[in-house]
Amino acid sequence: MTSITRSTARRKPLKQRLTLTVLLVPFVLFFAAFFVLPIGYAIVDSLFTVRSSGLGFGAPEKVFVFFENYARALATPSFVESIGRVLLFAVIEVPLMVVFSLVLALLLESGKAHFPRVFRVIYFMPYGVPGVIASLLWGFLYVPSTSPVLQILSNFGLDFTPLGGDSVLFAIANIALWGFAGYNMLIIVASLKSVPGELYEAARIDGAGEFAIIRHIKLPLLRPTVVLVTVFTIIGTLQLFVEPLVLKPLTTAINSDFTPNLAAYNQAFAQSNPNLAAAMAVIVALIAFVFSFGFLKLVNRKGNRAW
Amino acid sequence: MVNRRTWLTSIPVMAVMIAAAAYFLLPVLWVLFSATKSPGDLFGTFGLWFSDSPQLFENLGRLFTQDDNAYGGWLVNSLVYAGVGALFATLMATGAGYAMAKYEFKGREALFSIVLGGVLVPATVIALPLYFLLNGVSLTGTYWSVLLPGMVSPFGVYLARIYAKDSVPDEVIEAARIDGAGDLRIFYTMATRMMTPAIVTIFLFQFVAIWNNYLLPLVMLNDSKTFPVTLGLTLWNSQTQRDPMFYTLVVTGAAVSAILLIIVMVSLQRFWKAGLTAGATKG
Repeated sequence: MTSITRSTARRKPLKQRLTLTVLLVPFVLFFAAFFVLPIGYAIVDSLFTVRSSGLGFGAPEKVFVFFENYARALATPSFVESIGRVLLFAVIEVPLMVVFSLVLALLLESGKAHFPRVFRVIYFMPYGVPGVIASLLWGFLYVPSTSPVLQILSNFGLDFTPLGGDSVLFAIANIALWGFAGYNMLIIVASLKSVPGELYEAARIDGAGEFAIIRHIKLPLLRPTVVLVTVFTIIGTLQLFVEPLVLKPLTTAINSDFTPNLAAYNQAFAQSNPNLAAAMAVIVALIAFVFSFGFLKLVNRKGNRAW
Repeated sequence: MVNRRTWLTSIPVMAVMIAAAAYFLLPVLWVLFSATKSPGDLFGTFGLWFSDSPQLFENLGRLFTQDDNAYGGWLVNSLVYAGVGALFATLMATGAGYAMAKYEFKGREALFSIVLGGVLVPATVIALPLYFLLNGVSLTGTYWSVLLPGMVSPFGVYLARIYAKDSVPDEVIEAARIDGAGDLRIFYTMATRMMTPAIVTIFLFQFVAIWNNYLLPLVMLNDSKTFPVTLGLTLWNSQTQRDPMFYTLVVTGAAVSAILLIIVMVSLQRFWKAGLTAGATKG
């Protein structure tokens, strides 16, 4: 009796293990090939450099140089400047994005909005427009000769140059905000919808006003979702690439090393220095990790739960 | 919900919402009006209204014939990259997510953590080394170099796992096993049906992600016949200095591709909602 149970118990997992393999292995293989391997390759590559030997005779050889590429990257003023620039950009973009998507979501779900579904679609729509095309369109809207907005403002004596040196970061932040605010809003709306309605009813019976409900019920319950949105926005801002690339021909305020990713792209293709490019890419990834985990640590610290 | 003061308090709410809608619609309206204009009118007339001589059909005709019908080819390429890539990504992510939700195996949590880490890795960090890797096996410049990387969706695995945990009860799997159904059949006939909302969402996310991706095709491709729409339009945009006619092509091309995706997104709206709820509340 015991032996039969044991043998069936053993046979079942075998069949199940086969199924498990069929379900799991394709993804794991692709993930290894197109995620893990490139990251590993970048790390290894960043520790080497290609040197032509001696007087230039013979094939150039690959030499292990440890952290030399990192030292070189961090000693390149334009690269260090570009890191400072995306950090400044993140300071502008992240609060703007989080607050704007949060306000849109709260308004949509306030129960006071007419046609909420129509507005939800309008806000979410830009998510389907590729960043390149969004940048092309806003590019036209940032140039006085084609921008109806600048023309109207100019009629009132207000002359803006969105692509000027002082304002170009805001111009880029606006493109990112336009593209992703509706998407983030939708995540927050989904989270709001999962709050049981009785909670609001109970609060109203206790005499709470709309703002009290937002402050004491909605915001605390939205906390994990807002943290998630913030982390994704931080990661997105630090890898800024497409928007400055597309706007570059329109302004002198954007150079070819405007962001760390642009600098890495330049090193890899224009300057044919893939090893230095790899080091730069790894630095971008490290900064993204440090800031997203740093933020998570900060908000999860005890005594820091103000809302 | 409804009370006497609603109509009064809804005025400021609606004012802000309408202003926000105007903001989101501005570039879209601009490109729709501009797609009807000649290069001269593009710069010479007010951007949010028609010019005196609209020429939408002339622009569309030129858009689809320029450079040996290049634009149509780019649209098809984008559709293939995004459609086929997202299809395979969804198949693999659904299987893996289901397996991680419903089977105990060694290293399961470790694997899931690594996959989650993949969600956080900046996409641009992967594109550059991937170019050099694929160059080593002579795949750069081919359709495969954009198609294959699009078939991986760590976020899809995350979503599928959460959804399978919640929507496919263990008792149902056990009952089917007792009835003699094989595990694979249980997955394909029962679990996938219960997971449909999540599966559609994974597909949509990946489709848009591939459709919108610029860096990967920029790095990988050099033959304009293999370009997706995004890359093709920037190619034309780089030629506007040479010939202002390209402004019209870029604007009309941007309008057409934006409209296409907006139609897809609006018509599939309810699926976005279903999947996002799973991701957001359990995250």
